[in-house]
Amino acid sequence: MASEVIMPQLGESVVEGTVMKWLKGEGDAIAEFEALLEVNTDKVDTEIPAPSSGILLRVYVEEGQTVSAGTVLAMIGEAGEEVPTKVPSQPETSVMTETEAVPQVSSAAQAVAVPSAQVGRSKALGFISPVVARIAGEHGVDLQQVRGTGRGGRITKKDVLAYLESGAIADSAVPPWEEPALGELFRPTEEVFGVKQGSIPGTEVLKPGSVIPHTPVRRSIAEHMLRSKQVSPHVSTFMEVDLSRVVAHRQTNKAIFARDGVNLTFTAYFLAASVQALKAVPQVNASWSDEGVVLHEAVNIGMAVSLGADGLIVPVIKGAEQLSLLALSAALNDLAERARGRKLKPEEVQGGTFTITNHGISGSLFATPIISQPQAAILGVGAIQKRVVAIEVPDPAGGSMDAFAIRPMVYLTLTFDHRLLDGAIADAFLGTIVKTLENWA
Amino acid sequence: MAEITLIEGIRQAMDEELARDERVFIVGEDVGPRGGVFRATLELFEKYGPERVIDSPLAELSIVGIGVGAALYGARPICEIQFADFIHPAFNQIVNEAAKMCYRSNGEWTVPMVIRAPYGGGIGGGLYHSQSVEAFFTHVPGLKVVIPSTPYDAKGLLKSAVRDPNPVMFFEPKKGYRLIRGEVPEEEEVLVPIGPAKVTRAGTDLSVFAYGMMHYYCLQAAEQVASEGIEVEVVDIRTLLPIDMDTLLGSVEKTAKALIVYEDNLTGGYGAEIAARLADQAFTMLDAPIKRLAGPDIPAMPYSHPLQDWFMPDPEKIAVAMRDLASY
Repeated sequence: MASEVIMPQLGESVVEGTVMKWLKGEGDAIAEFEALLEVNTDKVDTEIPAPSSGILLRVYVEEGQTVSAGTVLAMIGEAGEEVPTKVPSQPETSVMTETEAVPQVSSAAQAVAVPSAQVGRSKALGFISPVVARIAGEHGVDLQQVRGTGRGGRITKKDVLAYLESGAIADSAVPPWEEPALGELFRPTEEVFGVKQGSIPGTEVLKPGSVIPHTPVRRSIAEHMLRSKQVSPHVSTFMEVDLSRVVAHRQTNKAIFARDGVNLTFTAYFLAASVQALKAVPQVNASWSDEGVVLHEAVNIGMAVSLGADGLIVPVIKGAEQLSLLALSAALNDLAERARGRKLKPEEVQGGTFTITNHGISGSLFATPIISQPQAAILGVGAIQKRVVAIEVPDPAGGSMDAFAIRPMVYLTLTFDHRLLDGAIADAFLGTIVKTLENWA
Repeated sequence: MAEITLIEGIRQAMDEELARDERVFIVGEDVGPRGGVFRATLELFEKYGPERVIDSPLAELSIVGIGVGAALYGARPICEIQFADFIHPAFNQIVNEAAKMCYRSNGEWTVPMVIRAPYGGGIGGGLYHSQSVEAFFTHVPGLKVVIPSTPYDAKGLLKSAVRDPNPVMFFEPKKGYRLIRGEVPEEEEVLVPIGPAKVTRAGTDLSVFAYGMMHYYCLQAAEQVASEGIEVEVVDIRTLLPIDMDTLLGSVEKTAKALIVYEDNLTGGYGAEIAARLADQAFTMLDAPIKRLAGPDIPAMPYSHPLQDWFMPDPEKIAVAMRDLASY
């Protein structure tokens, strides 16, 4: 009895998904739980595992097609088993009993071309070993470009490593959220995510006069941004922070955190300071409703992660009010890593009560981000820059005098929903973040 | 530091443990005045007397049965099975009594016993003096299974085995008894913990996992292929049960290729367990199939010398397998 592969509902409000890529072709053998296809929804990209072991008998939904949750995508069964040629009409319909006889699916002839970074045999490349597939996947290597020196011209692990070392492609395996001042958050996106041609992400292969088809992520961003601006009167307020103490603290603790396998980033400090401020000013950890302002118990902070040309995604750190700087850092590392690997679970991008966005990643000093509905506010973090500031220092006479100092400075933006919050509260909130960061101990 | 043979390491271990702890005693065939057929117990009878170095009847079942009973009464028996080929009459005592005692008494009773047995061929021993039996026992939770390949490890692991609170199967590569020599310090106590495997030669091109005599041969084969530019990492498993996967995975992470060499016949041999675990835990590290080189699946080691040579993996055969995997 063949079993159906069904488009799952990947999250509460997600009703449809797009088949991005079939990892197996018709006629291929597949084991239960082995990844069968990649699906893209407006919330998350994910792999769908095979519901049972057997032969992939028929694929009903082609790559690029968007279908609603519950649609039968494919059938898996024993070789030679008969399955309908067309999509069984309803998800619930039982399959294959009275449909017309179907020609047996031949194996090799109809098998789809194996993508280059997939384990197995590729006509063009020969055998791709698991480790080669993994390295190629992690670094975005186009294996067609790698010269194989193994048996029969096979690409070996050494070949792909040599290719990477040759600098043929920008190493995209830079750990996310690291070294903001030098690293990801405050480096140009293309440096972080790698760009093959052209210098601005997302501009490769763009032909003037052509139309770029919308991806589900693009549509979703468009819809959410527009809705947010429509429902909520946005007001932005700016403050600047002297990060001297944070920089010093991070310097001292980076190695200690590293012993626990955690990369301590500046982002973790902004996150921790936001948690403090959200606790001090609970009106910000809130949502508008017709009945009144809903104050949330948990502090769930979304962190915008750029996916380069593919838009952005906002994984949420749940229960952030209960986490230490170490735990926040670890959670950040993990979520950002998986966001970039498209490995987030749907629930991990939902339920945020506040959001932080690091527009400083691409050198921006100020920005006025859009609130992620139904939250009350969003914090924008600019690029950290050393600037000359006026400070007061003790003078020899026992009083104080003004002096120039060079300090690591950053501008913070709080964009808030004026329905819930007034300027004074918003400034008190942002001021708490500033104070926390400037007095970090 | 003195260079000694592997069997001298074993003799010293027993000598020192007999001297250290009066609960320790040896029981086995010809272990007394004769000093054992391989001279592993040479002069221990004279030194510790007939109550602590006991000649047994030709009955392996009773040797181990005595060990289990004595261990339950607080002694620390070292049972010698003259050849591993003859351990099978004692299988029930080992598997059903010794291995399960701690578990079935909920930790109240343990069997602190060592069973020593020379194993392996290549010595003209024919069908009944050449067998490798480790895989029968690595299948049994409750046992520890140890196979040393150097005089240092033989001494240090056997001493640890005597002190272990639970039964330890200690198989000794008899072909290496006098062939394998190595330095063992006299002035300090040698103790090697049961558990960790050891990287005995660092390399980058492939990992070779072996134990006992095959480990010794693998080092020789690695030398051979090194002159051809193939850098083999050799790991001495040392403790088969429980297995030290961390060391094995660390090596495969580095080399991406694994060859497992064992003398026992291929099917269901101990190398199958390593291969299965690597397939599971090292899948995305692998750049080549996991390979095994082992004895052929025939009932026993032939007596005829040419046929014995055909059976035994040796440095030449291992070098061929290394080259093959390196070129994959």
